[in-house]
Amino acid sequence: MIDSLLALWHRVVSLLPFEWAGYEFMRLALLAVLLISPLLGALGTVVVANRMAFFSEAVGHAAFTGIAIGVILGLADPMWSMIGFALVLTLAIAWVRRRGGLSSDTAIGLVMAFTVSLGIVILSRGGDFARYTNFLIGDMLAISPRDIVWLAALGAMSAGLFLVFFNRLLLATMSPSLARSRTKHAGAAELVFACLLAVVVTCALPWIGILVINALLILPAAAARNLARNTAGFFGWSIAVALVTGMVGLIASFYASTATGATIVLAAMAVYLLTLLRRVVA
Amino acid sequence: MHVPPDDAPAHHGIAPHRCGECCTTMRGVTVRRNGVTVLEEINLHLHCGELTAVIGENGAGKTTLVQCLLGEMPHSGEVHFLDAAHRRKDSPVIGYVPQHNSFDKEAPVSVLDLFAASLSTRPACLGVSPTVRQAALDGLQRTGADPLVDRKVGTLSGGELQRVLLGLALTPVPNILVLDEPMSGVDHRGREQFYGLLSQLRREYDLAVLLVSHDLATLARFADRMVFLDRRIVCEGTPAEVLHDPQVREAFSLHSLS
Repeated sequence: MIDSLLALWHRVVSLLPFEWAGYEFMRLALLAVLLISPLLGALGTVVVANRMAFFSEAVGHAAFTGIAIGVILGLADPMWSMIGFALVLTLAIAWVRRRGGLSSDTAIGLVMAFTVSLGIVILSRGGDFARYTNFLIGDMLAISPRDIVWLAALGAMSAGLFLVFFNRLLLATMSPSLARSRTKHAGAAELVFACLLAVVVTCALPWIGILVINALLILPAAAARNLARNTAGFFGWSIAVALVTGMVGLIASFYASTATGATIVLAAMAVYLLTLLRRVVA
Repeated sequence: MHVPPDDAPAHHGIAPHRCGECCTTMRGVTVRRNGVTVLEEINLHLHCGELTAVIGENGAGKTTLVQCLLGEMPHSGEVHFLDAAHRRKDSPVIGYVPQHNSFDKEAPVSVLDLFAASLSTRPACLGVSPTVRQAALDGLQRTGADPLVDRKVGTLSGGELQRVLLGLALTPVPNILVLDEPMSGVDHRGREQFYGLLSQLRREYDLAVLLVSHDLATLARFADRMVFLDRRIVCEGTPAEVLHDPQVREAFSLHSLS
């Protein structure tokens, strides 16, 4: 079933009269972009509205320690340890915020510095750090059909969970006290979203890159904020911008031989500047 | 997800039935935080059809009192909600109007989105159904705010936002309506109109209203009862009684009548 769907995808895309469409890795990368970018674009609306940009940045950077733990445990694929550690980190930040009486940027900054340092110290033992630099910039073109299936499953699950909690998150963003008076578990919704975000960001990291993934989360939503008048518009524009800049960035990176994640970010930045211009002019 | 039924609670529709029987009772409510007593031995009855104003200086525990009513603040003592037949209701419908300056002004969220997120399980990001839109219009109509339904929340004036939030708090019609400093940053005329509207709605729906405010002068004309709070209830009674209390006069003459 999955194999035949993938085969169909390759057949259809290779009909396109472009050079890149002739390469299998590009067709797979395109599919990955079509899965990852709208998901990041959708989650980004809540990240931007809820001022969680620094948190998502910290979760991305925590991957260093996640990888390090995987290496220590001798895992062939550090993904599970990355996800596990990202979740632990999310809960730790929530706890420090609640208990420590620290403002959330201080709490996050503190935890981020610690996890990045810990990860680098472990990974650089014996001067071996260069092996892991591909995580820094990501490699979209190395994605395998198996990875795509995983991403699709993750995407469907995250989208479902996200939609279930969306209204509660929206109210909590507008006014936490209003949210608590209207819905049960408004606080839990935020924690669920933070965990969801941590998992999605971590799973997308190897393809996008630790250094730039946060921009893919924030830029489409920031651009959409300049265009939208209501929630449906915000959501729709963010996904549209993410999809278009994802595809443009991927194809541009093919012709320019550049890192895909960073190229997509530049495309998204260009769109953001256009929307900013429109907002200023309007 | 918690979805309040459309118009289910004690008071159906517009038809007023002034029972005066159902009430909300706080008995011996005490809150301690980090070893400091924030609220001490609060005994308070809120009757339906009555507007009770809680006044007090900053830090007097007004917001904490509201949080106890909303069930957000751990406290000792009891909070009971009794319906007209004196049966205890464990989860009364509470309409809550938050401080509007706590709102995110920049968010691309329309008035309709606020209603959709509060009333419906369908995610507001996927659009709003005609049924929910109608429910929003009905709610907004109660406060004359229905023309604002498609406006972005951030573009509303303080007075407009307050009417929207009041309309939202009345959808569904609650057992008790709680307003926390609803008028901070709204001009005098806006306050008069808002309190007038609140007073009228209280009669129309026979609502128990608890209003927290600094706004002594205007409130005196609209409130049925006043409670002066300074971590404990210092005095309570009709507005005239409370405003003539020496302690209240002292507390508020040191600070300008806002």
